[in-house]
Amino acid sequence: MNIIVCIKQVPDTAEIRINPETNTLMREGVPSIINPFDLHAIEAAIQIREQHGGKVVVLTMGPPQAETSLREAISMGADEAVLLSDRAFAGSDTWATSYTLAQAIKKLGADIVFCGKQAIDGDTAQVGPETAEFLNIPHISYIRKIEEVKDDYIKVERLMDEGYDIVESTLPVLLTVVRELNQPRMPSLKGKMAAKKAEIKKMGMADIEADENSLGLKGSPTQVKNIFAPEVKAERKIIEGTPDEQVDILIKELKEIRCL
Amino acid sequence: MPVIVQVEKCSGCETCLDSCPFDAIEFKDGKAYINEYCNACMSCLAGCPEGAIIETEKSVQRSAFSNQLKDYKDVMVFAEQKDGKVVSVSYELLGVGRRLSDELGANLLAALFGAGEPEAQELIRWGADKVLLCSDSALEQFNDDPYSEVLAKIINEYKPSIVLAGATPVGRSFIPRVAARLRTGLTADCTSLEIDKETKNLLQVRPAFGGNIMATILCPDYRPQMATVRPRVMKKGEYHADRTGEIININIGNAVSRTRVLDFIKEVSGVSVNLHEADIIVAGGRGIGGEKGYKMLEELAEALGGAVGASRAAVDEGWIPYSHQVGQTGKTVNPKVYFACGISGAVQHLVGMQSSDIIIAINKNPEAPIFNVATYGIVGDMFEIIPLLTRKIREVKNL
Ligand SMILES: Cc1cc2nc3c(=O)[nH]c(=O)nc-3n(C[C@H](O)[C@H](O)[C@H](O)COP(=O)(O)OP(=O)(O)OC[C@H]3O[C@@H](n4cnc5c(N)ncnc54)[C@H](O)[C@@H]3O)c2cc1C
Repeated sequence: MNIIVCIKQVPDTAEIRINPETNTLMREGVPSIINPFDLHAIEAAIQIREQHGGKVVVLTMGPPQAETSLREAISMGADEAVLLSDRAFAGSDTWATSYTLAQAIKKLGADIVFCGKQAIDGDTAQVGPETAEFLNIPHISYIRKIEEVKDDYIKVERLMDEGYDIVESTLPVLLTVVRELNQPRMPSLKGKMAAKKAEIKKMGMADIEADENSLGLKGSPTQVKNIFAPEVKAERKIIEGTPDEQVDILIKELKEIRCL
Repeated sequence: MPVIVQVEKCSGCETCLDSCPFDAIEFKDGKAYINEYCNACMSCLAGCPEGAIIETEKSVQRSAFSNQLKDYKDVMVFAEQKDGKVVSVSYELLGVGRRLSDELGANLLAALFGAGEPEAQELIRWGADKVLLCSDSALEQFNDDPYSEVLAKIINEYKPSIVLAGATPVGRSFIPRVAARLRTGLTADCTSLEIDKETKNLLQVRPAFGGNIMATILCPDYRPQMATVRPRVMKKGEYHADRTGEIININIGNAVSRTRVLDFIKEVSGVSVNLHEADIIVAGGRGIGGEKGYKMLEELAEALGGAVGASRAAVDEGWIPYSHQVGQTGKTVNPKVYFACGISGAVQHLVGMQSSDIIIAINKNPEAPIFNVATYGIVGDMFEIIPLLTRKIREVKNL
């Protein structure tokens, strides 16, 4: 079983703020991490390999610095790592990102491709399904459990609004995963050693036989026009008093707005 | 690079470093330099006091497509159904869609799969001029392959300029496939959609970075301009029982699907999880401390006739099931009243609930950010306040 896991290196967005006066991002000291959903994807891939054999390849498109995330994935137990890096890839939206990933996956070959449900920076959740379309393979989104894997068949649970679907598919398939799927393992000592020594395979535009007009900013149909701080409504009214008094005031307010 | 530094203007002050969310600015020989990490988000443009960072010429090679843009006119809404009934986000999309199509002087089309004529009529009463109805039973249940195939075909034939869909598990799953196939842009989770007065392009506003920033996205050179919108973000349009329109039946060939849904399992839980429909939501966060705290919220929700919500912290702890989660990675809600109990108010949570009409925050910590969005705030111990509140509400309501 050849498994490819697409991972993205992201800034830890919980720590990012926008300066409301200048409309610029303040990111001093914000660390770069593997997109949290992708850790669950790596874990799922390793578990399948443990049961069925084969290899797990982690793939990222990004700048040279993204290599640290690939090594981290190897320390968790991935077998190989591929860095897609080329100045021509800069400014990719989800269309161009997915096209580029798909071109690389075609070269590498895979029975199962894993993605996270969404990346915590771009936040679109579009790269998984778009990549599947470029690969011309089926995909199943929001996987919360893998029930069965065979050579050419998979059965999974897909998270829906008020419950879950049980879905089956032929292989090859692309799966996007949610947190409930598993608990990602910590790197082992052996993994850390392997990560230090591992050779990261690098691929650029020529290696994936990509059409230049489909790459990077040039290949991206969407453009970010501007960014700004979200508005917050500040009508804060603090209810003071003893708990008894606080609750009485609240009940009065609730009656006023006809909630009671 | 989409963004370049005019070296002669760069003073080497490094102010721009902080403005870049992607570590895409480096300093070489005292001058800024944009590396491969650039996502073309343009935030550094305002971050340079010298104005030395500029956008490069928009790609000279416009899409091969640009001379066909004018053939794309109408606005199309993908009307999602579940068990044969149109889901409410579709009516919200018809509300926005009606406004946009009126502004463009175009028709509002709705694509409806796997439902019947009565539902199609309903879409017309909610604002659609034409319904493209594909009532084939193969589309009753959602599967990515046939849905993508049929929607892409309809778009190619009817050439809408704008396509809107709900950011539901269904829309988020197959709409990206359609965009990929049509070689066009897709903007996720839009919170505002407007027509640019000059260019007539669609201005799509969406949150990114976990709700910490908002971005305006354009898709100027490709059509259709596709966007998804979360349920409950937009208001429904006007319903006119006597509105008339056209229903066009679409026939599909042999719908093949490589995936197959074997079963749907509804997750049961004590009180209603139907957060989208609830007028009152009582939500708990890390402060509820365990399943016992959850019981307490259920009782308050029951007394008020509301539903129980949760922040991610409470879900991650395993105290409340995921289906209750509100926020960036959960649901977006806008009830009349939202009780935030023991929720600190991380932006990821706020983006999912801050459009609620009234927000009541109960928290021990007076500095908790939740108080910044609260209409009413109570600083105190929720284990004291909530049981008291529940009791008094029961008294008022004679329960
Ligand atoms: C403020 C802002 C708003 C944006 N809005 C849009 C928009 O509305 N539409 C649009 O098309 N683009 C948009 N983009 C561009 C988009 O963020 C990038 O294309 C990004 O590279 C991929 O999208 P994402 O982060 O949303 O990933 P998602 O689609 O959320 O990622 C899902 C999964 O895909 C995989 N994946 C994603 N990126 C990579 C990668 N580089 N390498 C390997 N695997 C990867 C991972 O497994 C990840 O978990 C926006 C960018 C910014 C800065």
